[in-house]
Amino acid sequence: MSQTSNTTVSTGGLPSRRNTELAMLVFAVLIPVLAYANVGLAKEETLPTGMLGYGLGLGLLAGVAHLVVRRYAPYADPLMLPIATLLNGLGLVLIWRLDQEPTITTDALGGPLAPDQLVWSTVGVALFLAVLIFLKDHRILQRYTYISMVVALILLASPIFVGKEVNGARIWITIPGVGSLQPGEFAKIIIAVFFAGYLMVKRDALALASRRFMGLYLPRGRDMGPILVIWAISLMILVFETDLGTSLLFFGIFVVMLYVATERTSWIIFGLLLSASGAVFVANTNSHVGVRVHNWLNPLENEPPDSGNVTETAQSMFAFGSGGLFGSGLGQGFSRLIQGIGAKSDYILATVGEELGLTGLMAVILLYALLIERGMRTALAARDPFGKLLAVGLSGIFAIQVFVVAGGVTGLIPLTGMTMPFLAQGGSSVIANWALVALLLRISDTARRPAPAPAPSLDAEQTQVVRTT
Amino acid sequence: MNKPMRRVAVFCGLLILALLVRVNWVQFVQADDLQNHEDNRRVAIERYAHPRGNIIVDGEPITGSVETDDTDFTYKRTWTDGEMWAPVTGYASQRYGTTLLEGVNDSILTGDDDRLFFNRTIDMLTGEDQRGGNVVTTLDADAQRAAFEGLGDNKGAVVAIDPRTGEILALVSTPSYDPSTFAGNSTDDDEAWAALQPDNNPDDPMLNRALRETYPPGSTFKIVTAAAALENGLVDDVNEETEYEDPYILPDTADVELPNQIPNVCEDASIREAIRWSCNSVFAGLSNDLGNETMIEAAESFGYNEEPFIPVRATASSYPEDNRPQNAQAGIGQASNRATPLQMAMVAAAVANNGSLMRPYMVDQLVAPNLNVVEQHEPDEMSRPMSSDTARQLQDAMEYMVEESSIDTGSVEGATIGGKTGTAQHGENNEELPYAWFISYAMTDEGSPVAVAVVVEDGSDERDQISGSGLAAPIAIDVIEAVLEGENAG
Repeated sequence: MSQTSNTTVSTGGLPSRRNTELAMLVFAVLIPVLAYANVGLAKEETLPTGMLGYGLGLGLLAGVAHLVVRRYAPYADPLMLPIATLLNGLGLVLIWRLDQEPTITTDALGGPLAPDQLVWSTVGVALFLAVLIFLKDHRILQRYTYISMVVALILLASPIFVGKEVNGARIWITIPGVGSLQPGEFAKIIIAVFFAGYLMVKRDALALASRRFMGLYLPRGRDMGPILVIWAISLMILVFETDLGTSLLFFGIFVVMLYVATERTSWIIFGLLLSASGAVFVANTNSHVGVRVHNWLNPLENEPPDSGNVTETAQSMFAFGSGGLFGSGLGQGFSRLIQGIGAKSDYILATVGEELGLTGLMAVILLYALLIERGMRTALAARDPFGKLLAVGLSGIFAIQVFVVAGGVTGLIPLTGMTMPFLAQGGSSVIANWALVALLLRISDTARRPAPAPAPSLDAEQTQVVRTT
Repeated sequence: MNKPMRRVAVFCGLLILALLVRVNWVQFVQADDLQNHEDNRRVAIERYAHPRGNIIVDGEPITGSVETDDTDFTYKRTWTDGEMWAPVTGYASQRYGTTLLEGVNDSILTGDDDRLFFNRTIDMLTGEDQRGGNVVTTLDADAQRAAFEGLGDNKGAVVAIDPRTGEILALVSTPSYDPSTFAGNSTDDDEAWAALQPDNNPDDPMLNRALRETYPPGSTFKIVTAAAALENGLVDDVNEETEYEDPYILPDTADVELPNQIPNVCEDASIREAIRWSCNSVFAGLSNDLGNETMIEAAESFGYNEEPFIPVRATASSYPEDNRPQNAQAGIGQASNRATPLQMAMVAAAVANNGSLMRPYMVDQLVAPNLNVVEQHEPDEMSRPMSSDTARQLQDAMEYMVEESSIDTGSVEGATIGGKTGTAQHGENNEELPYAWFISYAMTDEGSPVAVAVVVEDGSDERDQISGSGLAAPIAIDVIEAVLEGENAG
C-alpha cells in the first residue's frame, strides 16, 4: 500500500490557503447578492430593498467565519467555507424569491420565510464558530462516545413522543418560543460521533473475530448485536415517524462506517440484505411509503385519475422540464405551481432546475460534490482513526442526504422528506449542517497542520493494525 | 482504512454521477415532453399571458381579450354576440381548451405560429410583448343576424354560401351558448360549463347543428335525385313526363306503398311538376331506376361521404350502399340518407352556380399582428355535379316551385328566388316530430350571390303545422334579403 500519495498532507507543511479562502468567499457572497438583484429586476423591475440586508448579513457571516477560521483553524481546508456560504446564500435568495409568490406565502404556510432563514443561518454560523473556537481537538469527542449514543437516541425518538405529524411524517418537535425543530438533523451528527468512537474501539474485533462462511466473514453474535440494533432503530424511525429519509441515512451511514473501519466487504452485503428486507417490509405495510413509491413509478399520473390534478412529483418534473437547458431566469419561473408546504424546502431544487436550468442545477450539484470530495479528502488525510472515521461519516451523511433529496425530487428514486443541505428552508437543517462543516474543518485543520518536527517515519499508516491477509 | 475509504469516495462519486445523468435526462432529453405536457399548467399560463388575436367579420372583431385578476392567467377571451357567433368561433377557455376557428387557428391567434416567427423576432427586439394574429372570415354579419333571429327559440341551423366562390356567409346553430361564460378559470366558469353539457341540458346547446349534426334531408334531396336523373339521361329535360304511378310501390316489397302528400298530381308528373308538388313517387322511382351505385356517385359529387374542412371539420353526410327499397327512399331524402345543413346548402349552391360546386370556406385571410397577410384563401372548384344545362333546368324548376308556393318573397327585390322545401320524417315509424327544411338561392343578373339551407327541428308542437315552406322558408328569405341588401350597398 502506498504510504504518501493518498494524503494531501506532506510533512513539510502546506500553505494555509487562508487568502485563497478569502478570495473565494468574496465570490460566494457576491454571487447571491447579484442573484438578489436579478430576482428584483425580474419581478419588480427595480433593485430589491431586501438585497442590501441579505447581502450585508451574508457578508458579515462569511467575514466573521473567515476570521475565526483564520485564527482557530488556520490550516483547514480552504474550499468548504466558501462552498457552504455560497449554498447558504443561494438558498436565501431562492427562499426570498419564493416569498414573492403570494400563493405559497400565506399565513398558513408561515408567511415570508427568508428572514427566518437568515436568523437560522446566523445561529448556524454561530454554532460553526463555537465548534471551531471551543473544540480545540476533535479527538476530545471520543470521550463522549456513549453519551453521544444516548443523546442521539433521545433526539431520534423524541418526535415519537412529543412530536407532531406534518405532511405525513412525524419528525418535528415544537419548542415553545423557539419554533419547530427536526431533532433528526442534529442526531445525524451526534450519531456519527458515536459510530466513530465505537468502531474505533471495536473494529479489530469486528474485523477479525469471525468465521468464514461461503466466502463471507460472518461476525460473532455479540459483535453482530449492535448492527442489528441500529437496523431495528432505523426501522422504528421509519414505522413510527414515517421518515424514510432519516432511516435510510442512519442505516446507510452505519454500514459505510462499519465497512471503512473493518475493511470487510461482508458488512456491505449484510447491510444491503437488511435494508432490502426492511424496505420491502415497510413498503408493503406503510401506506405513506407505498404512496411515494407509487408516485415515483407513475410520476405524471393524475390524482384522482383523469382529473387534471397532478401530483407534487409531476409538478416538480414539469418545473424541471420547463427549465430546460438554461432555465427561465431567476424570478421568472412558476415554482409556485408546486403546491403544498414543500416548495421552499423539499422542492427547492425544482426551483433551481426551473429558473437556473440544467446548467445551474448541475453547478449546484457539483458544489455539493466538491464539498463531499473535500470531506473525503479530509478523511484520507486525517492521521488518527477516530478523525478518519468521523470525517468519512460526516461526508457520507452529507453525500447520502444530497443523493436522497436530489434523487427524490428529480424522480431518480422515491421521494423522501429530507432537506437539501444549506439550500432548503429549515432552521434545524441549516444549523446542523454548519456544525457538520465546522467539524470537518476542525479535522482537516488537524490533518493539514504541519507536524511539529520533521519526522519522515511518522506516518498515518503506522498506527494501523498490521495484518496478514 | 484508506482503501475502503477510497471505495466509499468512489461510491459517492457514482451517486453524484447518477444525479447528473438523471438531471440531464429530465432537463434535456425529456424537457420538451414535460414542457408541453397537457397537465403542465405553464402551457396554459403562457397561452393567456398576452392577448389573443381576433376573429374578424366585416372588418370588425367579434372577439376580444380582457385583463383578469387571476394570478395565473393575465388575459381572458371575450366575444361580442357570443351566442350568435359561437357556431363559427367556438370557444377558447382557460380550462376547457379551444374549438372551431379558435382551435383550428389557435397558433395564429396566440402568435405562436411558425409563419409569425419574423414578427415575433421583431417584437422581441423592440421589447414588445408577443401579439396574436387575426383571422378574417368570409361571414356576413347581417346574414348571420337574420338567420340567428329567424331561428329564435327554435332548435335548428342555417348555412348560407356564396355559390360563386364558396364563401360561407352565415353559419348559425340554435340553441347556442355564450362562450364568454366559461372562458375563465373560476368556479362560475365550471358551473356554466357543466350546465351546457348534454347530461345537464337536453337541448345540447354546444352541438354545432350546422356542421356536426346530420338530419334526413327529406324532400330537399330530390334536387340531387333530379340532377342525377338528368345527368344520366334517364330523363331528357325537366318537362318530360315520367312514368311512375301514384302511390309508388317500393321495389322488392309486398305492396308497400309510398304515398304522396298531395293527391292526384303526381302520376307521370314531369320533374318540374314533381319538384313543385314534392312527389315522392316520381323521385323514389327515379332513384330506383338509377340504382344505388349511380345515386351514391351523384350524392358524392355534391360532397356526400366525405368530411369537409372549411377549415373547421364538419361531419360527413352519408348516402350509403343499400338495398332497393331503402335506396328508393334514400332518393327522397329518407331511410339512411343523412345530411348536414352545410351539405344541403352546397346542393343549392351547385345548382345556383350553374353546376359548379365551389369548395365552401369561411376563413378568407390569416393576418399577422402587423397586418401582413400570412395566408389568403383562393376560391376553388370542388366538383361539377351537373352540366350547366341541367343546372339551368333545375333552376327553372326550383324558381317555379317558389313562385307557385305560399312562400312570401315580396321583401326580396331585384332577384329571383329558387328553392325546395322538405319535411323530413324522423324517429321510428315517424313517431317524432318532423324536421322542416328549406334550401334556396337568389338569382340576380350577375349570377347568384347566396344559397341558403335552413333546418328547423321540432318547430311546432303540432305535426300539421310543421312544413318547410311555413317554418324554414321565411328564415331563408330573411337571410337572402340581408345578403342582397349588403350586395347593393357594397
